[in-house]
Amino acid sequence: MTDPRHLARRYRRARLLRWCCLAAVVFALSCVMLLLFDITRKGIGGFSVQRLSLSVRFDPELLGLEGLEPRPEDLQFADFPALLSASLAALIPGAGGDGSQWTALLDDNADFLLYERLLADPRLLGTEVGFELPLSGWAERYLDEAGSKQYATLVEAELLSTLDWLVEQGLVHLRFNDTFFSAGDSRSPSSAGIHSALLGSLYTLLVCFLLSFPVGVATAIYFEEFAPSNRWITLLEININNLAAVPSIIFGLLGLAVVINFFGLPRSVPLVGGIVLALMTLPTIIIASRSAIRAVPPSVREAALALGASRMEVIGHHVVPLALPGMLTGAIIGMAQALGETAPLLLIGMVAFVVSPPTGLMDPAAVLPVQIFLWADSPERGFIELTSAAIMVLLAFLGVMNIGAVLLRRRFERRW
Amino acid sequence: MTTVERDNELSSTVGKPLLDGADDVKFSVRKLAVHYAELQAVHDVNLDIGQRQVTALIGPSGCGKSTFLRCLNRMNDIIASCVVQGEVHLDQKDIYAPQVDVVALRARVGMVFQKPNPFPKSIYDNIAYGPRLHGQADSPSALDELVETSLRRAGLWAEVKDLLHRPATSLSGGQQQRLCIARTIAIQPEVILMDEPCSALDPIATARIEALIGELKCDYTIVIVTHSMQQASRVSDRTAYFHLGRLLEVNATDKIFMAPEHPGTEDYITGRIG
Amino acid sequence: MAVIGASFAGRRAKRQAVTVLSDAGRLGALPRHYAICAALWCLLPALAVYIAVLAGHEQLLRWYLGDDLRQLAHLAAGDPRWVLQLLQEVVVNGGHEDAMVWEAAQRCAAYSTRIDVWRTVLAIAIATGGGVVGYLQVSPAIRARHRLERFAYGCLLASTCVAVLTTVGIVFSVLFESLRFFSAVPPLDFLLGLHWSPQTAIREGQEGSSGAFGVVPLFVGTLVVSAVAMMVALPAGLLGAIHLSEYASQRARNILKPLIEILVGVPTVVYGFIAALSVAPLIKQLGEWLGLTVASENALAAGLVMGVMILPFVLSLSDDVISAVPASLREGALALGATPAEMITQVVLPAALPGIIGGGLLAVSRAIGETMIVVMAAGLAANLSANPLDAMTTVTVQIVTLLVGDQAFDSPKTLAAFALGLSLFIVTLSLNVISLLVVRRYHEAYD
Repeated sequence: MTDPRHLARRYRRARLLRWCCLAAVVFALSCVMLLLFDITRKGIGGFSVQRLSLSVRFDPELLGLEGLEPRPEDLQFADFPALLSASLAALIPGAGGDGSQWTALLDDNADFLLYERLLADPRLLGTEVGFELPLSGWAERYLDEAGSKQYATLVEAELLSTLDWLVEQGLVHLRFNDTFFSAGDSRSPSSAGIHSALLGSLYTLLVCFLLSFPVGVATAIYFEEFAPSNRWITLLEININNLAAVPSIIFGLLGLAVVINFFGLPRSVPLVGGIVLALMTLPTIIIASRSAIRAVPPSVREAALALGASRMEVIGHHVVPLALPGMLTGAIIGMAQALGETAPLLLIGMVAFVVSPPTGLMDPAAVLPVQIFLWADSPERGFIELTSAAIMVLLAFLGVMNIGAVLLRRRFERRW
Repeated sequence: MTTVERDNELSSTVGKPLLDGADDVKFSVRKLAVHYAELQAVHDVNLDIGQRQVTALIGPSGCGKSTFLRCLNRMNDIIASCVVQGEVHLDQKDIYAPQVDVVALRARVGMVFQKPNPFPKSIYDNIAYGPRLHGQADSPSALDELVETSLRRAGLWAEVKDLLHRPATSLSGGQQQRLCIARTIAIQPEVILMDEPCSALDPIATARIEALIGELKCDYTIVIVTHSMQQASRVSDRTAYFHLGRLLEVNATDKIFMAPEHPGTEDYITGRIG
Repeated sequence: MAVIGASFAGRRAKRQAVTVLSDAGRLGALPRHYAICAALWCLLPALAVYIAVLAGHEQLLRWYLGDDLRQLAHLAAGDPRWVLQLLQEVVVNGGHEDAMVWEAAQRCAAYSTRIDVWRTVLAIAIATGGGVVGYLQVSPAIRARHRLERFAYGCLLASTCVAVLTTVGIVFSVLFESLRFFSAVPPLDFLLGLHWSPQTAIREGQEGSSGAFGVVPLFVGTLVVSAVAMMVALPAGLLGAIHLSEYASQRARNILKPLIEILVGVPTVVYGFIAALSVAPLIKQLGEWLGLTVASENALAAGLVMGVMILPFVLSLSDDVISAVPASLREGALALGATPAEMITQVVLPAALPGIIGGGLLAVSRAIGETMIVVMAAGLAANLSANPLDAMTTVTVQIVTLLVGDQAFDSPKTLAAFALGLSLFIVTLSLNVISLLVVRRYHEAYD
């Protein structure tokens, strides 16, 4: 009855579909892997830094200082580059001249580090101090890429061989890049860090959470427990669900027009950023809280009512505590969204070049994703590494938040 | 017989719905009708419920007996579409009067539900919740005492005295239901409403609850809705038979089961319907 | 300090309440209700006044220092705000060469302190007053519990209003600014114009020159990028969903789905980085190897990466609707001798189609509204072209470029961003509503 060749063709088609489907999943998975791999490959170097051990004698003569008790103003004009050159010349044998040719091995702001040290402790003048100074960008890449020939044409051979010699002598160490976590933004990749941006993100998220969580939960309670069922309420519900799908940039426009232009709050501050992100995460929290409240069985409500609890008491003593894990899960997911959000913050001016960490809610601040955006635009090569490293930090935070949400959900999942 | 007469015949209750001595009446219900939106669930019920008695409400599913029960402590208020007409007097006071505080009412008229519904808290907190809510215990020791007496009265103390801080949901179904009863008597209500309290329990647990009801009726007025006629005959003093939202017959329990006056009642208890 | 006052009054009310309670019996409110009530009476009005005075601090100072500010107006081009700031700086620095300025600065400091003191005194006074009111209200006649519950209800209602006002706020703020824009640029020129070059419009004497605000190239750019994205996301997402719901074992599904959903959690700025620094150079190299001219910021790179971004979105929406197709339909098809593939393509997919279309529309609305990827990878120049290898710009990119940095709020350039925002809002909103309706109808068919 059934033609075997026909049947075979049908089975071939069935296999084809199956393979296509599998291919789609493999494609999606490889996208995940590629993304993580690409970021990690580019960013892993950002967490470490090659430093040269160098002993420096703060020689007043070389610095052009008179006496052993300089004033801070004098230090500002002291000749630290000369001191650095001399120290390098002392370290590297067979160097002709004043050693200034070797400073190219070190990062541009190496002499600044000497200055900062002396400024912090002027009594060091005339003594010998051991330093670990960061290598310059090209030197670091040269070492990372294991003696690639790419730099032979760009950098003098003498410098390269000196670098090799320093490594052989064990004077170059791989160190954890603490600058990256302790510094603010900078024009120079070696002294740029995410400290200010992390603090900015923290403040912004704090404002966002404090605004959106209570309001979101209260709205959810109103809709689930009190709202009459009429056309207006239905319309409002649809409205809020739609709000969740409005592009985030529209919230930036709202923030710009209402919060900044109408209420006259300043740009670039965590308070405004937090307000805008709170408006954005509000629908997420409302929707999650509503389903959490709906999951509380009516039997618990009835039991409390029958004991003479009023409706508010039922909500306060039973519904909210039972729904809280669900609400918090929604809030964490919303906060994770807010942490990664960039577009609306661009519009309210959180793109300022911020070096010093914000000290309050009304201090200009950058947030982590915006910092990533700014660095991604920078032409210097060193910033690619930093951007990827910052992305790794951001993804780590998001990962922790999402895993936290999943664990919270698992831990408090109740079957009624 | 015309239709109107037949309707009158059906809606008027036979037996002895009203009690004589006014002192013994806890609830007096007059011309009670309940609507859920379009649907009328209870028609014109007149019934007295005697003090310190067990009154059983029986009848087939959907006959309105649970709805009637929920009118007695205004649990129907939480259903938005539910409209209650008529009068329900508790100790000669209308509980549907506008100035009545529902919360205070429910503290006087407690309720036990079909499925045991302990709060997802510890056993202790389940019992202590009501007294805390109503500020009935001034000190922690008074609260401890109250929890113990309530559990003792519900016959649960021996089983749980060492597990007071374990979650209530870890108890068995029968224990949970007795916990719910203990929780109800902890706030010292005057009336306990029971909505098929044994329907989710096995026969042994049922027997314990029935014994408990027998003990409790010395102090409390109990109204129990049940599907089981054996249960009604075992525990109750008076029985009311509901059918299609109407109260057909009320009488002392032995009378109803020995000599039902209404043909519908007879059909039901002899197993012809329901 | 208002909090301390409040708790004090609360405790006092509690003591009082115990006696009241014993008279009123157990039907009255509990002592703690009165206590909280008193605390609120104490706290809220005082806090409100404190914040109001704090917010009005500068206005008050300016009012007190009116004469000084007028005399010193020349210091800061006549803007009293700057003069005030200057005076405050002078106070911090502790001296100024101009005696008049120094005196004014000292007066400023004195007034500032005075306002601070009065604010505190006022707040304490009102807190005490509130406490007294709360204290007097400890009586059985006043049911504190009812009041508290009404207050809580009011809070809930107010929160709901905030959520609702957000929507209203979006619509009105964007609409209002757009109307101002359309009063300068005719709507028809905006909608049908083929040129987009907002930069020319801010030059002096060339206000809103015709043709500068033609939105068509932006829409074309948006469409091209979204189309590329959908070409990646729709097939991959749909086939992936079929695999997960029809072929994969429960265990594989439990592992695969969270893995793929990692993509949902990745911030868009990360995708933008990948698109701009990894994918775009790759495509450029590939294109040059094939002998094509490829712009270094091309719509293809942005579109491909965006496709990957919305892939898990399409996948999980499709997975939901495919899983919702009743088992009876599948069994019916299999019982007639269909292969699993035939069952899927001929029975399951047609049944799930409305849901899939709904999900697809939602995905399109996401793609249109996506900002960071295109800002970082798609370029700024408004080319009217359908070639995805060209640099293109989108509506969202233009909103960002127009508004980043400080602009005067009434220039057509700034207002144009709001007009773009309005069109974006309308398009995405209608897509959402349509998809919602489609999905709802689909659910009705099976429930």
